[in-house]
Amino acid sequence: MAVIFINDREFQTEEEVTLLELARQKGIEIPALCHHQALSPYGACRLCTVEVCKEDKSRLVTSCTYPVREEGISVYTDSPRVKQLRRVIVKLLLARCPQVKLIQDLAEEMGLEGSPFPLHDQEECILCGLCVRVCSEVIGKNAVSFSYRGAGRKVSTPFNEPSEECVGCTACAFVCPTGAIKVEDSDETRYMEFWNTKIPLRRCKECGITYTPENTPEYILGKLELPKNLLDLCEKCRRKAVAESLSNYDVTSRSVIIKK
Amino acid sequence: MRKIINPADLESFRQSCIKDMSREETWVAVCCGTGCSASGAHQVVSSFKEALQEKNIDGKITTRVTGCHGFCEQGPLVVVHPGNYLYCQVTPDDVEEIIEKTIIQKKAVERLQYTDPVSKEKVVVEDQVPFYYNQHRLLMRNSGIIDPTSIKDYLAISGYRALSMVLQEKSPLEVIEEIKASGLRGRGGAGFPTGLKWESCYNAPDNTRYVICNADEGDPGCFQDRSILEGNPHSVLEGMIIGAYAVSAEKGYIYVRNEYPLAVKNFSTALEQAREYGLLGENILGSGFSFDVKINRGGGAFVCGESSALIASIEGKAGEPRDKYIHATEKGLWDKPTVLNNVKTWASVPYIINNGADWYAQIGTEKSKGTMVFSLTGNVNNTGLVEVPMGITLRKLVFDIGGGIPEGKNIKAVQTGGPSGGCIPEKLLDLPLDYEKLTEAGSMMGSGGMIVMDESTCMVDVARYFLSFTQEESCGKCTPCREGGKQMLAILNNIMEGKGQENDLDMLEEIAQAMKEGSLCALGGMAPNPVLTTLKYFHQEYLDHIRDEKCPAKVCRNLIKYFINQEVCTGCGRCLKACPVDAVEGTKDEPHIIHQEKCTKCGACLEVCRYEAISVE
Repeated sequence: MAVIFINDREFQTEEEVTLLELARQKGIEIPALCHHQALSPYGACRLCTVEVCKEDKSRLVTSCTYPVREEGISVYTDSPRVKQLRRVIVKLLLARCPQVKLIQDLAEEMGLEGSPFPLHDQEECILCGLCVRVCSEVIGKNAVSFSYRGAGRKVSTPFNEPSEECVGCTACAFVCPTGAIKVEDSDETRYMEFWNTKIPLRRCKECGITYTPENTPEYILGKLELPKNLLDLCEKCRRKAVAESLSNYDVTSRSVIIKK
Repeated sequence: MRKIINPADLESFRQSCIKDMSREETWVAVCCGTGCSASGAHQVVSSFKEALQEKNIDGKITTRVTGCHGFCEQGPLVVVHPGNYLYCQVTPDDVEEIIEKTIIQKKAVERLQYTDPVSKEKVVVEDQVPFYYNQHRLLMRNSGIIDPTSIKDYLAISGYRALSMVLQEKSPLEVIEEIKASGLRGRGGAGFPTGLKWESCYNAPDNTRYVICNADEGDPGCFQDRSILEGNPHSVLEGMIIGAYAVSAEKGYIYVRNEYPLAVKNFSTALEQAREYGLLGENILGSGFSFDVKINRGGGAFVCGESSALIASIEGKAGEPRDKYIHATEKGLWDKPTVLNNVKTWASVPYIINNGADWYAQIGTEKSKGTMVFSLTGNVNNTGLVEVPMGITLRKLVFDIGGGIPEGKNIKAVQTGGPSGGCIPEKLLDLPLDYEKLTEAGSMMGSGGMIVMDESTCMVDVARYFLSFTQEESCGKCTPCREGGKQMLAILNNIMEGKGQENDLDMLEEIAQAMKEGSLCALGGMAPNPVLTTLKYFHQEYLDHIRDEKCPAKVCRNLIKYFINQEVCTGCGRCLKACPVDAVEGTKDEPHIIHQEKCTKCGACLEVCRYEAISVE
């Protein structure tokens, strides 16, 4: 256990907890764009920067990656130095993504009216990397990653070709903080323009509506060991089938026998 | 080929190596570092070998292909021993005369000798050239004497003695104490005390540890690490083995860029030889200590010189940095405790062990000990690699060793520390070169880049050039470096095109500070240095560009105009022919004019004019 101070309030915490986790547990707000509690810390957006002081020394650190180790440090989540850095970061992001609501809101909170910097892009992606990490760490697919470097950095499928790995789970779209990844389901396919990828959809064997991307069920089955036949049905029919077959549940095969 | 089984065996083998080397009464050292090789050193070597064979004296006189001597400006360099006769810019045609006069008659070939630009006198002996005698050559000295592909040469000059001594007489902790006492600090640029780094790795609770040599030298114009690896690879390897013993590592890596083929080749040879002789591998010199090194070739990304990106790259991941709140000495390569040091740091270790920490600590200043190798380039007479004690002033380095500025021009600034270092103005030339003083001045030691700039340099252009490099090489992971660098570059381009506004300077300052404080790694943190230092020391030059739309150094194309002086022009027509866009008009023998709307300011007319009739304003 270590005792540290955040904004002059004393907290006791286990060691190795990151400053961001601790602050959020204690209800102290720190803005962050590239952080998600289900994913590994990344430290790229730099918005969660805080000032850490010990004795007469102080430095700026990103709270999402900084582990509590030292007893007695004083952390300031809103010092003038921190605020100034965040202002510039938001100005830079606003110049990159002037149309993104999330960034507009952050800018408004800071009292900024537009970015003063000369280059203005119309990007929707802030390169937080949440999509890349969720695909790799949670879904286990690595269908998308970063490509190019520096100012030309992007997230994409390999060579921007339609992905053969993608199972169309849309976890990437779910974690995307800016809405850059859009999912369009039509009659036959799920289309994600951002990934240049189309995935065929599967029809419910019972009622015939499309309900899931073609490869998702098998992939999830492989990961979760669910009873196989359940996934041939849409949510509605699945519930119905489960209800109807409750009495027919086969204990040995651990599956529900569906009446035709 | 024999395995050396213990320290006594090493010493007796060393004696035979020394005997072999001293049997050569007369020998010729031809510098075959990358610079001299590019100017034809290998043809000189062949000519020597052929000519000596023809004269039937090749049995008595050895031609030795050595590493870089440092004086690249004057290459290919040839030194004839004994006597240390130095010859500059030698071509195959000069070989006959050198053999005839120097080797046979023991006389100098005057026309090939170095002429001191100040005294205009010929210098006979290598050590007396001002370029050399003002230096303190420690890491670089043996590169000009030994054949880097021969472990016997290295053994003859006390090679692997430090290793043998450490394995016999010192515990790992004693080695760490010795390095701590020497005051050696990281030569990659950050200047972290090497002994402390080793100690914290030693103390990390884990059984597997690694050592890494960072040879991913990427600064434009820097080639000292390359040169040491090419010219004296065993010194780096010996340092690594000693370091591995000190922190109990069994495996090491050297991360060297693939654009350095000779460094890769010579280091590979060194590894093979050391393994064959039992100086690397299992049970080194019978001590029970085992260690081996693997070469990892880098793909040329500048950011991979950053330690955490380098480690990621060795692990097979994308070369991107991570936050280093937990140090590599605790969680480095594959999350194991790792010591990562620069080539020059590793190469310093055997010298410290051989001569003692006290001896080493006498060189340099209070906080910066030992020597530093700089790549001296730019507008300076003697370009090349110079090794000097820490604390030498910039002025001494540029004028006494570098021989001053060519064409009688004035010095304007010196950029130290590579593309992310700062520009130090002429008024600060008496600054002693050490880690702290350079940082105070807004620059840094870096890996040892040193670019001299004369009065014809535009400092806005310099800032833009270096920033465009770091921007190009940014990995793009964090917002300040990726977005900030891009915006700063756009602002600088505007200023150079005459579209600058006064609040541009505040904006530059604001973004630069954010990059410095908020970037993830040192690349982003240091990238604004050229902008910040030029803003600080050359503020007026920025204002001239913005307020008066003038480039005082006459470099920025959009802010200059070429004119033909009507009273001087003879109408010879040379400029008319040279102009690629037909902007020059005039009839023969009548003064010509330049049409400003067509002129692209390429400067071709100025170059060809024989009458100094063309001026730039």
